[in-house]
Amino acid sequence: MCAAPDQGVALPPNTDLTKETVLAGRVVADGQPVAGAFVRLLDGTGEFTAEVVSSASGDYRFFAAPGTWTVRALSRSGNGQAELTPTGPGLYQAEVAVA
Amino acid sequence: MSRPDVLVTADWAEKNLGSEGIVFLEVDEDTTAYDGGHLPGAVKINWTTELQDQVRRDIADKAQFEALLSAKGVSSDDTVVLYGGNNNWFAAYAYWQFKLYGHADVKLLDGGRKKWELDGRTLTTDVAERTATTYTAKEPDNSIRAFRDEVVDSIGKKNLVDVRSPDEFSGKILAPAHLPQEQSQRPGHVPSAINIPWSKAANEDGTFKSDEELKELYGEQGFDDSKSTIAYCRIGERSSHTWVVLHELLGYSDVKNYDGSWTEYGSLIGVPIETGSGS
Repeated sequence: MCAAPDQGVALPPNTDLTKETVLAGRVVADGQPVAGAFVRLLDGTGEFTAEVVSSASGDYRFFAAPGTWTVRALSRSGNGQAELTPTGPGLYQAEVAVA
Repeated sequence: MSRPDVLVTADWAEKNLGSEGIVFLEVDEDTTAYDGGHLPGAVKINWTTELQDQVRRDIADKAQFEALLSAKGVSSDDTVVLYGGNNNWFAAYAYWQFKLYGHADVKLLDGGRKKWELDGRTLTTDVAERTATTYTAKEPDNSIRAFRDEVVDSIGKKNLVDVRSPDEFSGKILAPAHLPQEQSQRPGHVPSAINIPWSKAANEDGTFKSDEELKELYGEQGFDDSKSTIAYCRIGERSSHTWVVLHELLGYSDVKNYDGSWTEYGSLIGVPIETGSGS
């Protein structure tokens, strides 16, 4: 899950990946990006933490902390989820397939 | 108040788009969502630039609120239906502000933009033009607004409901996880506050849970319905959502929204702060 930074992930200027724990990725349906999906970040107990709308290219991004997180996407094409377990600051990525 | 006085369904909204005397207002933190598509006939309100004073940290004052609604073409006797993204956070904040300034008939679209979009209902990019009015607001009703000294005085006495996420409550993070975390204030919560995240009151599609579910939820989380209540979050918008639940849907009488919330409280010198997950 802890991949090398993807050049396609747009982070705000001044994002310090030695301090911030960033969770990012793409929502896809049949391999195609899903724009406008509602992407929810749930903590280790399943409690809602944040929600964003995926971009035109299907991308989502959260600023979180080390721990266990579920990224759950709701869309017109269906729902789906993925887990991320960041262990320290950095960029962590997961694709969320909806169906 | 009861649910039909407070909420309208997406079906009701769809049938009443364009009706005389009903104004749909989309409220968001930034208005790019509106620009990309909104309910036909809806007018946009920018939470950051239009519902707040642009110099001091405060909500729009009475004169500013009157000028805003006059320019948007809203009359005092219109039914105002508010909706927005982020599970209606900013629409709920606007709802609270409309109540504060005495607007008679204001409602929230249950589920906001999210349910509307997930239902695949019509959105348009046509910008609605409404004729300007002369809107008259009432004096602010501060019985629904808490200020910092009252919050400090309420420690251990009133229900202090911290509606942020558990990690913000404990001090692990300082802002919702879709925002950068560098902040000036200290992490933690007001001592004696109970953590009932706003999100527990909402279904996944953004609609409010039923009155029965809500009553059970707050009871389970240690909410004492015999006490007065102050709700807060980080900047007062999520706590507006909970204020709507407690004051408007469940009908508890003395419920205030602390719009200064953690960005104010966590920056005050000398006030007590508690960290950890609480009792």
